[in-house]
Amino acid sequence: MSSASRFRDSRVARRVRAAAGLLITPLVPDDVLSTLNPLWSRSAPRARVVKVVRETPDTTTLVLRPGTSFAPHRPGQYLGIGLQVAGVWHWRTYSVTSRPGDPLLSVAVTAVPGGVLSGRLAHDTPVGTVVGLGPAAGEFTLPEPTPEKLLFVTAGSGITPVMGMLRALAPADLCGAVLVHCDRTPADVVFGPELRGLAARTGLRLVERHTAGQGRLTPDALADAVPDWAVRETWACGPAGFLDTLATHWERAGDPELLHVERFAPKRVGSAAGTGGRITFATSGLVADAEPDTPVLLAGEAAGALLPNGCRMGICHTCVGKLQAGAVRDLQSGEVIDAADQPGRPVRTCVSAPSGDITLDL
Amino acid sequence: MLRRDTRTTLEIVPGTGEEKVSAAAHLTAEQVEALGAELDAIREEVVASRGERDARYIHAVIRAQRGLEFGGRALLLFSKFPPAWIAGTAALSVAKILENMELGHNILHGQWDWMRDPKIHSTTWDWDHVDPAEFWKRSHNYEHHTFTNIRGKDRDLGYTVMRITPEEEWRPTHLLQPLTNVGLSLIFEYGIALYDIETDKIKSGEKSWAEAKPQIAATFRKIGKQAAKDYVLFPLLSGPSALSTLVANLTANTVRNVWSHAVIFCGHFPDGTETFEEERLEGETQGEWYIRQMLGSANLTGSKAMHLMTGNLSHQIEHHLFPDLPSNRYAEIAPRVRDICERYGLPYNAGPLPKQYAKVWRKILRLAFPGGHERYGAAKPTPRSRIGKAVRRVAPARLAA
Repeated sequence: MSSASRFRDSRVARRVRAAAGLLITPLVPDDVLSTLNPLWSRSAPRARVVKVVRETPDTTTLVLRPGTSFAPHRPGQYLGIGLQVAGVWHWRTYSVTSRPGDPLLSVAVTAVPGGVLSGRLAHDTPVGTVVGLGPAAGEFTLPEPTPEKLLFVTAGSGITPVMGMLRALAPADLCGAVLVHCDRTPADVVFGPELRGLAARTGLRLVERHTAGQGRLTPDALADAVPDWAVRETWACGPAGFLDTLATHWERAGDPELLHVERFAPKRVGSAAGTGGRITFATSGLVADAEPDTPVLLAGEAAGALLPNGCRMGICHTCVGKLQAGAVRDLQSGEVIDAADQPGRPVRTCVSAPSGDITLDL
Repeated sequence: MLRRDTRTTLEIVPGTGEEKVSAAAHLTAEQVEALGAELDAIREEVVASRGERDARYIHAVIRAQRGLEFGGRALLLFSKFPPAWIAGTAALSVAKILENMELGHNILHGQWDWMRDPKIHSTTWDWDHVDPAEFWKRSHNYEHHTFTNIRGKDRDLGYTVMRITPEEEWRPTHLLQPLTNVGLSLIFEYGIALYDIETDKIKSGEKSWAEAKPQIAATFRKIGKQAAKDYVLFPLLSGPSALSTLVANLTANTVRNVWSHAVIFCGHFPDGTETFEEERLEGETQGEWYIRQMLGSANLTGSKAMHLMTGNLSHQIEHHLFPDLPSNRYAEIAPRVRDICERYGLPYNAGPLPKQYAKVWRKILRLAFPGGHERYGAAKPTPRSRIGKAVRRVAPARLAA
């Protein structure tokens, strides 16, 4: 922590803030600071883009300088990035690729076709842009101490959380580790030159599979490339189909306990049972209508509600609200949760859609 | 309203022998529906086009307001010097007016919720007003905007202390209402806070003590905070200028009270604004709701600065049609709303502040005395067969003595 941030958290500073609060009520000091400079806000942390690195045609690294002290992340975690597009704040999560403790934060953004935010961030975010910063989160991290036999299996932009891990690992830990990475061509590999350099320097074994020529990674191909895969503690990230194949393989032929996966998009079941409905947010009194497949979170945001949110794909449980009335359908499992059976049951708004009219304590 | 024409019995306005006719009585149900569709289309257009320009606007107003407030307070630290007192008091008065009207009122309406900015949102915003935001939001956003000008339902009609419609039975205490109004004007924000505690409902037992107590406590805490800031801390900080700073802050709060009282009273009480019976609510269509809002509201004409200083409540008609659209858009849609009114033969009540305020005062003075139906009596829906024969009665322009 810098001396400035130590001062900000000191008891003297708290007293100063309390006194200032009496003078500016009903505002709080943070309101005034953020009016002077959005980067000074502590309640709504912001960061300035200081460097933009085009990794591949559709993936960009944004190097950020946080405005206030920022709780360190663990390698492999993601954090929320917010941007005001046409006046509206949009938030998505991106993997942190910088090392914990670095003064600057890096995130890798891959443009998703049709995405409101990813395209803007990847292609149209000049140096100097101020973005919102959400706390780092996620369980896709390495344990302490680092396991001896490591395997990473990644595809496409799935390399980004693993890049955060590789950069943070000591050379000794990397020696003997294996990274199997799949992408269309050598030029498409995000962080390609850096990965190849890292392999040459540290003893990390890099297996690149170029699917345009070699086809998709199969369990057999994986076993050929990494004969001892089954005894390695494995971290895998990539498209849903890729991860499903790996998960099935580990369940059949390996130890599922050893496989850790990170999904970029929520896993969803078919849209059979839902009906959609009207959502009442009890705390704010706001009301929103949702289609059968629209998560409560998205419907609420579209109606202007301010709702807690994090990963937006069912992992982090930041967005949970208690179901007071009505029923929701879990879009990942298909399970229907009815307040009549389980009053006050917490539901994840980002992956739950209403089945009829509902009330949440948000 | 129109669907109910056939079962509405004609009421004779006492003292005149003539019935008044609502300014919308000539519209058929189809026309009402078409009018509603036109207004819906305006709303959808604005909602679809909200964007960067609007976000820049509200941020600019917030910055300007805070600049004026802190600048004014800084000047007042030296308020012993008359130029600093005058400039500081003026800046603080303007800042306080902007804070309550263009920012507080409109943000608490949810006009800026669409930005999803946690700092500019109806659920997180608090204002420099002794009425806590949560209570005001309920009484204003819900009760007043839903039941606008429904006699017996919209407590904003006279704020329970004044007789603002002749249908309200006259009581001798109403003789005092000109004085009440002057007093209310001077302490308007306290009046609103007291009004939201609903002492009338507590007395009648409609509201329980258990419900009222925490609300009263919260209101007193809010009053305490504002008083501490304006009447203790900033005067103390001013050292030798303490007394003049206290007077300056009291002046700024009073200027805001008088100004916001005038603007708000001009929104629903000038001549020509209609009030309605509760039965109208039953099965009211969207088109009928729009018409009630238009006939029950009145605009103020003036410059851009004037509109800003009224928090765009100078576009009361547009605000009541679309309470949650961003206030900077009201001026833009006003010509279209006026055009709709002209095409459907509806009045579009607008005038400069002095003229409208004079009308409000004339009404308050007249209704301090019994009667007043001739000039101010509410209109009754007219049966179809009578349309055409009905003529709006023009009341003689005279002040009741």
